[in-house]
Amino acid sequence: MRYEAPSTIDQAVEILSQADGITRVLAGGTDVIVQMRSGMVEPDLVVDIKRIDAMHEITPEDGGFRVGAAVSGAQLGEHDGVKALWPGVVEATELIGSTQVQGRATMVGNLCNASPAADSVPALVTAGAIVSIVGPGGARREIPAYEVTTGPGKTSLEKGEIVESILLPARPARSGDAYLRFIPRTEMDIAVVGAGVALTLHPDGTCAEAKVALGAVAEVVLLVEPAASAIVGTRLEDEALDALAAAASAACRPIDDKRGTIEFRTKVAGVLARRAAVIAHDRARG
Amino acid sequence: MLDKAKDAVIDREFKLVGSRPVRPDGVDKVTGRARFGADISAPGMLVGKVLRSPHAHARIHSIDIHAALQVPGVKAVVTRDDFAENAKHKDVLCNVMARDKALYEGHAVAAVAATSAAAARKALKLIKIDYDILPHVTDVDEAMRDDAPLLHDDMITSGVDPAPEKPSNVARRFEFGHGDVDDGFAKADVVIEREFKTEAAHQAYIEPHACLASLTEDGHGELFCCTQGHYAVRDICASLCGLEVSKLRVTASEIGGGFGGKTTVFLEPLALVLSRKTGRPVKMVMSRDEVFRASGPTASTSSSIKIGATRDGRITAGQGEFRYQGGAFTGSPVQFGAMCAFACYALDNVKTVGYDVVTNRPKQAAYRAPGAPMAAFAVESVIEELAVKLGIDPIEFRLKNAAQEGDKSSYGPTFPRIGLIETLEAAKAHEHYSAPLGPNQGRGVASGYWFNFGGATSVSLNIHPDGTVALVVGTPDIGGSRASMTLMAAEELGIPYDKVNCIVADTASLGLNETSHGSRVTFASGLATIEAARNAKTEMCARAAMIWEISEEAVTWEDGHAKPAGANAGDFEPMSLADIAKIAEKTGGPISGHFEKNPAGAGASFATHIVDVEVDPETGRVEVKRFTAVQDAGKAIHPSYVEGQFQGGAVQGVGWALNEEYVYGPDGKMQNAGFLDYRVPVCSDLPMIDTVIVEVPNPGHPYGVRGVGETGIVPPMAAVANALSAAAGVRMTELPMSPPKVLRAIDDTRPSIAAE
Amino acid sequence: MSQIHVSTTINGDPAEFLCEPDETLLDVLRDRLGLTGSKEGCGSGDCGACSVTVDDRLVCSCLMLGAEADGRDIGTIEGLAEGEHLHPLQRKFLDHAALQCGVCTPGFLVAAKALLDHNPDPSETEVRYWLAGNLCRCTGYDKIVRAVLDTAAEMKGA
Repeated sequence: MRYEAPSTIDQAVEILSQADGITRVLAGGTDVIVQMRSGMVEPDLVVDIKRIDAMHEITPEDGGFRVGAAVSGAQLGEHDGVKALWPGVVEATELIGSTQVQGRATMVGNLCNASPAADSVPALVTAGAIVSIVGPGGARREIPAYEVTTGPGKTSLEKGEIVESILLPARPARSGDAYLRFIPRTEMDIAVVGAGVALTLHPDGTCAEAKVALGAVAEVVLLVEPAASAIVGTRLEDEALDALAAAASAACRPIDDKRGTIEFRTKVAGVLARRAAVIAHDRARG
Repeated sequence: MLDKAKDAVIDREFKLVGSRPVRPDGVDKVTGRARFGADISAPGMLVGKVLRSPHAHARIHSIDIHAALQVPGVKAVVTRDDFAENAKHKDVLCNVMARDKALYEGHAVAAVAATSAAAARKALKLIKIDYDILPHVTDVDEAMRDDAPLLHDDMITSGVDPAPEKPSNVARRFEFGHGDVDDGFAKADVVIEREFKTEAAHQAYIEPHACLASLTEDGHGELFCCTQGHYAVRDICASLCGLEVSKLRVTASEIGGGFGGKTTVFLEPLALVLSRKTGRPVKMVMSRDEVFRASGPTASTSSSIKIGATRDGRITAGQGEFRYQGGAFTGSPVQFGAMCAFACYALDNVKTVGYDVVTNRPKQAAYRAPGAPMAAFAVESVIEELAVKLGIDPIEFRLKNAAQEGDKSSYGPTFPRIGLIETLEAAKAHEHYSAPLGPNQGRGVASGYWFNFGGATSVSLNIHPDGTVALVVGTPDIGGSRASMTLMAAEELGIPYDKVNCIVADTASLGLNETSHGSRVTFASGLATIEAARNAKTEMCARAAMIWEISEEAVTWEDGHAKPAGANAGDFEPMSLADIAKIAEKTGGPISGHFEKNPAGAGASFATHIVDVEVDPETGRVEVKRFTAVQDAGKAIHPSYVEGQFQGGAVQGVGWALNEEYVYGPDGKMQNAGFLDYRVPVCSDLPMIDTVIVEVPNPGHPYGVRGVGETGIVPPMAAVANALSAAAGVRMTELPMSPPKVLRAIDDTRPSIAAE
Repeated sequence: MSQIHVSTTINGDPAEFLCEPDETLLDVLRDRLGLTGSKEGCGSGDCGACSVTVDDRLVCSCLMLGAEADGRDIGTIEGLAEGEHLHPLQRKFLDHAALQCGVCTPGFLVAAKALLDHNPDPSETEVRYWLAGNLCRCTGYDKIVRAVLDTAAEMKGA
């Protein structure tokens, strides 16, 4: 295995695009190193992007924030601006692993590891986050967070491409977001079900727009349009929330595994979507 | 409680016992200096790694190590061919290195020693094994079926008369009890029958197994390893490796948790044989994955319980059938389960039957009160259900039926002085028991029993010329026992705590000691320490008598001094231990005390736990809100470490109750071999764990000590199940009570909640 | 596979080592530098026994490559006491009997120190969540949490 720690993104892309064999980008390493140690992956090249200064920055942009790929969960959690703007995204990212893992794990890494249970992803999807990708020759493209993961462990990134940053857009007035997950313990587990909700209210208090995303209930994070529609135009009365929960459950196509059953995930997806919607609603009302 | 005890030991005023000094090994452990199993290295050391079966059950036709040996840096490969047959330790040998079959996923099939871990890993991949994959079975009930895949062609169930003609996976059958249960059930107003299942849990000590072995061609061996019993390691390794016991010196490292799981050997014989073959020291350390797949978790079980009682709350009969699988070899703790199941109750009619079953899982090792927690989960759940059905307070119901001194136990012997009633009364009186509960919360209670053991014990105590004392014990310190031993020695000698230094000797430096298990250390090594100190005091009195020129009987030991026994003995200035020690050379030479014996009289320890849980009715998640552990310690030598045992046992029980389990796929492979998905409780899962130390002195120990290490894990599972039942109205009969199971149970009773 | 030369600072002292590219910082600390106070309990970031600080950020040294340590400032259990003076957390762990076997203790101490550096007055809940990544199988956490809270109280009073 070769270890490279370039100091610019162009160098990183250059190294990656010229490499043969199995390559891995190392940000926080909390997934990659575990996979290496367990023999799940034996990379020929690891490119550490933490020596690229810009990757560590959180910068304001058009009323939102651009978060570098090497920004750790701990660093994000300490940023009052992002926390105030998209509390659901920050909370979701902070749920990843322990304090120790937070010291290293990154939101971008969580996204690119492409686990269906990734905590930050439903929140990023509902926040409408935009992912900035750099490719060979410095070519840049931007895609919604929703389009990064294509299946368990699979992304839409091409050979030589690296995610440089994620733009958390400006948040419309009277809007809020929230993310909840179910785990058997209070910490240290992988989500059995995750639910992110972002919504915007009309001045009259009815819901103008909503997004509901679910994690760990399908091969990728699901954006559940019928669940969102169930609350648009409502004041999130019980019936609307019931409909949202039912739609969320109906959208699930989970598996039985060591972490949960199909029956359990399906039901709890509705429960959590409902609870997250209530929190997002409270935040939108301020 | 104390005023009820009649024993003389209770009148003793202790100066040091009962205080909470800093442990002697403390500073090493908070600075990172303490040397655990993997912390030792030796010059020229090689790294050893094990190749393990990927199959749950497979015949091993051939093993080709040729390519592995060609890897640069690889010095030796060992397989079954490197170990001679061993009639005495047949199963242990077969477990540390598979013979004709791999009996479980993770079963060792070869081991490599190399100059680097990378070379060893590379070599493992190049070992070619020709397996013939066989059908497997991992569930205890399935393993007992007539058509189950057979692990051992020659396994004929013992304990059955007449002996079965056909082999099966049932190794042994046990039966205990007295009276006539049918008669008892006929007298009952209420009879409850339930079936229970419990999944295997792992001790989940944080330190993986590790050892460093050095064995020369002339049969001299040194082994450094993390173990609860280095004498047992010595004896087994000497046998498996064909060594003389006196030539194999085993040193117990500091041990990073064991809970019963470090009472046998896994890597040690492999490291010794690799060392002999290479002529170099070999270090081996398990990965966490290996610890889960290839060390010794506890048994998984199924059981059938039937208990009957009269309307006024008297149990008329108790019956239990217990089926425990203990992995690929005989030895599940079902015997103990069947013995402990009803031990809390004074019953006229009781019968328990146990079946020891083999399956394609790793060979179980002891885990804290082995066998008892699973039986208690079943019995104490039915006891609570009966109490509720009869409308009697659960503690009151237990008190009405509680075993006490003079009662014939459910497994045979008559109880001496025991403290179950005292724990029940303390629990009932505790503020926790009557505290208000919030919505979705419930409270549960359960009691538990464990025998406690004695066993071979040697202690040596050396009085140094500077007035300090070296206390040499042979029981590895698994939870602060050096502090307790030091307290008892200092108490008995009448000198300050810091004048005694306690160490754990290697196997060559002290006589035989049974393993640190069975809650025996504070009892047996403690008793031995006190006796050794008394032995030394006798000698010191003799020295004073010699100096004073009076008879030895005329000298007594008091407050750390030799004194004339009375006015008639003469008027002499008392001599302190230091005074006597300083001139020992002139009065006959070194002074020391000894004890070598098998102490009997390990007093049983009973516990009663109270737990409050809150259930999320929409997700089935259970949170422990409050926990109080009440247990009889006989006499708490160092109360902090007694509390620590209660707390640790309680929390391990909470883990077993709620989330810990071995998850097997249809391929017979463990699916959660890591701390990510084998979910032990984390700090944020728990409240503080309140403790009440009950002290009903054990007449078998000079200070009244009862071992406390194990009983604490017996009640929690039932206590949690009972609390959950109170909180959510569902009776859970399978462990773990994980959210999917709890939610399904809730939905089955209240289907309208389902968000369809 | 050629080894990588790394220059770093460990507990305030300069340190240099050669390591394989896939070697973790924990392997380097234990096997190359003889700093065996950090323990490997799982190798997957789930137990916290290998906790160290890197540029004052708490991390699992098993989840970091040795090569990544270049130019960083590493803090381990061996650097917690100052000479013969134990850190208040070390003293309180002893006073409260907050350890039984002691193998998780170095990780807990490093993590608890990072907590108090970051939040000198934590609530019980904050202590419990901060330490959720440190597994202890012996104590049930009760005495550990008390020791940390008591240390915070003492340090605040000082």
